Parts: sequence; structure tokens; C-alpha cells
Amino acid sequence: MLSIRRTLADLSVFGKGYVRSREGLFFTLVFPIILIVLFGAIFSGGGGATTVYVQNLDNGPVSTQFIAALNSTTAITLVPVPASDNFSQYLSSHSASEGILIPAGFSVDYSSDPPVPVNVTLYGNPASSTSGIVEGITASVLNSFNLHRANGTAVLSFQAQSIASKSYKYIDFLVPGLIGFAVLTSPMFALVNVSSTYKRDKIFKALSLTPLTKTEWLLSKILWYVFMTLISFVLMVVAGVALFGAQFTLSLGVLPFLLVGPLMFVSLGMLVGTASNSPESAAVVGNLVTFPMMFLSGTFFPVQSMPAYLQSIARVLPLYYVIQGLTNVMIYTNLGSALFDLAVMLVVSAVFFGLAVRFFEWRER
Amino acid sequence: MSDSSAISVDSLAKSYGSLHAVDGISFNVQKGEVFSLLGPNGAGKTTTIEILEGLRNKDGGKVSVLGLDPWSNGYELHKRIGVIPQGFKFFDYPTPREAVEYYAALFGAKVDADEILKDVLLDEAASTYFLHLSGGQRQKMGMALSLVNDPELVFLDEPTTGLDPQARRAVWDVIRGLKKEGRGVLLTTHYLEEAEELADTVAIMNHGKIIASGTPEEIIAKYGSGERMSVRGSSALAGYVRANTKLKVDYESGRVTVLLARKEDALAALEAISQSGMEWSELTTMRDSLEDIFVRMVGEESENGISTGGKA
Repeated sequence: MLSIRRTLADLSVFGKGYVRSREGLFFTLVFPIILIVLFGAIFSGGGGATTVYVQNLDNGPVSTQFIAALNSTTAITLVPVPASDNFSQYLSSHSASEGILIPAGFSVDYSSDPPVPVNVTLYGNPASSTSGIVEGITASVLNSFNLHRANGTAVLSFQAQSIASKSYKYIDFLVPGLIGFAVLTSPMFALVNVSSTYKRDKIFKALSLTPLTKTEWLLSKILWYVFMTLISFVLMVVAGVALFGAQFTLSLGVLPFLLVGPLMFVSLGMLVGTASNSPESAAVVGNLVTFPMMFLSGTFFPVQSMPAYLQSIARVLPLYYVIQGLTNVMIYTNLGSALFDLAVMLVVSAVFFGLAVRFFEWRER
Repeated sequence: MSDSSAISVDSLAKSYGSLHAVDGISFNVQKGEVFSLLGPNGAGKTTTIEILEGLRNKDGGKVSVLGLDPWSNGYELHKRIGVIPQGFKFFDYPTPREAVEYYAALFGAKVDADEILKDVLLDEAASTYFLHLSGGQRQKMGMALSLVNDPELVFLDEPTTGLDPQARRAVWDVIRGLKKEGRGVLLTTHYLEEAEELADTVAIMNHGKIIASGTPEEIIAKYGSGERMSVRGSSALAGYVRANTKLKVDYESGRVTVLLARKEDALAALEAISQSGMEWSELTTMRDSLEDIFVRMVGEESENGISTGGKA
């Protein structure tokens, strides 16, 4: 019979130990904030404009306007190169891949009647996607100049509209990703370690001599990591909003994910820890399981940006459904899809929990 | 098993692959007695005690502890026994007081934690994290935990291994206290002195078999070479005593030794020595200790695993 009294007694001793050991507190209180600050700063600081070197051999009024038009796109930052330098040598000595060379006579040729064709030279790296962006921006600015020179009117145009009703920044997607990261790593690493060292030190044997059952022991760990996950969640949400102005919807819909996630990974950590012969081999297996999941499930980068075969791999990783579910609730408020993610998590959790209880041996045969 | 037996073991066997860790041993432990399994490392003591605790399954034989089968009725049995596993370890951060309270909650027992810690002489460290306890204090905390459920029978697997002499003496005091409270104790040790000091009954184990058992006195009487009397003297003196009495006389490096089968033999020997008119001095008598017997029985086979140490 499951006893609440025993479960809570075990929870209290485990919790006190967690709070008293500094690494436990670090992982709950400090690490989530470090993650948000670090990744928030990397991806939302500066705006990601591409640096493009420009050498203007013309110095006429039209080329000045042309450079001003390029600058106004804000997607590129122009760095002028003195006319006296050899442009291609200058680019390689500055390890630069993007450059625009405006030839002498640009303004005169543009304004002469009839106009003389002018060639702007574009330097770029064909393998780089930023070169494509620079090429597109340059082409569109050139087009508007051509249109203006021909006294034409634009027929086709577009209006910018973001996918969802509001516009989202990277940090908005990063917050659910990193919450998923915390849901995975905190219980996984702890349980792999705890279960393998308890096994080595025969603490499970000692516990098996008390009325505490395996299920009660596991349940108390799950309760503790649900509690820790909730704290990490609050800290990450507050840090994301306060430091980077992250925007998302907070609803009770996140709760099931914060409850079932720890259940899933406490059980998985327990499985890995007890299946191993020593804490050292448990750590290796734990890392083998954790790290690919961490990077492939959409924690730091959206899964959609990965190649198709990696996306298929992501779909068999349990963490993928935690992050998808949180993103569906917090970003898209798409509760129907979130429900599917939750259903997958429930099934996987039931399997992991069942296997953990089954293979986790208090005593030896 | 009779009503007075706390443990009965009949032809118990356990193998790990080709190694017969426990090879058909039988013994009985009476209620309230301190029973010691004595043997070198690797003799099979821990395997035996773990089978009795229900932590390991046996391969063959019959085992009954407090009338229960330890493996199939472990959950029931554990409510009535106290156990300290070998090299007891615990979570790093509870204090002994918290650990006792934790066990009390697990067992649903009402206990005064400070009282139990006093019983095991650990009251001075009641608020120190387990991590920071000394080896002896950890062992005592293990004892405190094993007492939370007021057990009828306490299993102690090498409780003093690795402890300094002072800590060992303290653990002994605790074990004597357990006996005084009427609890049975099954103690494994490889320290002879410990078994001699504490145990009512000793079983000497080696290579998975019990090679001698009984009270320390019984073992000495049965396996020892009996009481001997010895004087410093010449080989001629030895020859004179041998020729003039029916006693067994040995001579070795200036000492004449006479085996005393009966008390009267001492008088006969002294009379012969006196009649010889030869020089003699330094009269002593001696008998085998448990240690002499242990070293003789076990040591010849496996020098490495023996410890006659523990001169606490």
C-alpha cells in the first residue's frame, strides 16, 4: 500500500539534503537564470545586421544616395573602404566575405541621357546564406533606382505581416526551450547520480530494510523535481521578461507539462542509474542519453531549422514533446496541439515509470 | 525450530558462479543471545547474514528468522529486525537526529530520537551532518537507525571494521547494551577479540563452511591443546620427568613443557622435577586462546585474510 506518510518523510529528507548541498541549489536557482541571460544575450543582442564593406570609387551624388538607401534597410551595416585600397585584398585582409564595389562614373553614367549601363560588383561567399541576403538587398535597392531612372511606377508591392498575430522574437521561443532544458537536465543528472551512488553505497539495501517501498521512494523524487521545475519555470519566465522583454502567454496549460515532464525524466534517470554498474558508467550512459536529446529537441534552436532527417529523430525524443507542448501553450496558444504533445508525454512517462519500478532493485538475487 | 530459536539455518548454500560462497552450513541462534560468525574476509559471513536479513536469496537449504522466511516474508521480517549493513553509508546531509526521525516516520514508530542517540553514545553529534561524522560515529548512527523499530533481533555485519580502538570499544559497549535489553544479536567479525569479548556463541567460518562452533570456552576445550605447565630447564630434566611420570613432556629451547590432562598432573610433574635435583626456574601455566585456535584452524589455509588484530 502506498503510504503518504512515508513518501513525505522521504521527500523531507531528500529535500533538506538538496537544499543543503550547494550544487542542488545552483541547478535550481542560478543555472536557469544563467541560461536565459547567456542565450538571451547571444541571440537578441545587437540585432544581427550583416557587416558589408563598401568601396565607393565614384563620389557623385547618386552613389551617395545609393549607399544611404542600402544603409536604410537596417539589415546590413556598411563599412566604407578608402578608395586608395585594393578592394579584394582589403576584404581578405579583414577576413570579410561581403563587399560592394561602386565603380567610378556611377553618378555620371546613371544621370546621362540616354543612361550608360553601370555594373556594381558584389563580393560574396556562395556558400554563405548572408551573401544571399546581401545580394537580395542590393538587387532590390538597384531595382528601385532603375525604376526611378525610367520614371516608372511600381505595380506589385507587399505588406509585411508576421506569422502569428503579434511579432515574436527569438527570446520568446527560447524561454519554453530552456524550460524544457531544465525539465530534462535537473532530474536526469540528479537521478542518474543519486541512483548509481546509492546502489554503490548500498543505501538502497539499507532502505529496503525499512517499510519504504520503491514506488514511494521514486514518487518522492518526482514530487521534489516537480517542485524544483516550478521554481525554475518562475525564475526563467521572470528573467526572460525582465531582461529581454520576452513575450508569451502564461496559462494553467503549462502546468501539466511541468508535472509530467519531471515524472518522465526522474523515471528515465532512475532507469539509467540502476542499470549501470558504477556511478562512472552511469554518468557516461546518462550523458549519452541526455546530450543528443538536449540539442535535437528544439532547446536552443527551432527543430524546423534542422535537416529533415534530424527532425525525424527529434520526433522520437521525449523532450521534443515537452518543448513543443510548452511552445504551443505559451507562444501559439494552440491548446489542441499541446494536448497531443501531453498525450505522448503521458504514454512515455507511464512506460519509463513502469520500467524504472520494475528494474530498480532494492536487493539482489 | 524450537520456540527458543531466533534463527535456524539448515544446510544453507549460496554460489556465485563456481564459487561456493556458503557451502551447506547449519546453526541455531537462541533468543537473546549474542551469536558471532567469525572468519577471515571472504569466508562467506556477509553472504550468510544477508540471506538471513532477506537481502539475498539462497540457492539451497532452509532458513528461518523469527519464524519467517527472510526472502519471501522480508517485508514483515524487516519490521521486527534491525540491520546495519557492512560499511554502513547514508545520505550526506541528514543529521543523526533527523535520520532517526526519518526512520521513525518510515516505521510509523514513536521514538525519542535523543534517547536512542544517547543509547548508542552519539548524543554529542546529534546535529552533525552524516557527511561530517567520523567512521565510528557513522557506525553508531547505523546502530541508532537499526534500533528505531525496537527490534527483537539485531544484525551487525562487521560493525567495527576500520574503526580506531576507542571507537571499537564504544561500539562494543553499545552491543553489550543490546544484550542487556534482551535483544538477540548476530554479529559477524574478523576480529577474534571482538567475538571472544561479546559473543555467547561463536561459529568459525572459512571457505563457506563452519569449521567450529560453541561458546568460546567450548571451542577452546574442544579444539585447544589443553592446559600446559612449563619450566625453564635442561633436556635432561625433560627426560627425567618423562621417564618418571606418565605425562606428555616436550622440550624446546630451554623450556620443559608438560601437558596437563587433569589438575593432579601438575602435582605429579612438580614432584618429579623436585626429585630430579636438577636446576629449574620460571614456572608458568598456559592454555590456548580462541586466537591460537583460530590461527591454527584458519590461518594455515589462508594466511592473507586473517586478522588477529583489534588489540583495542
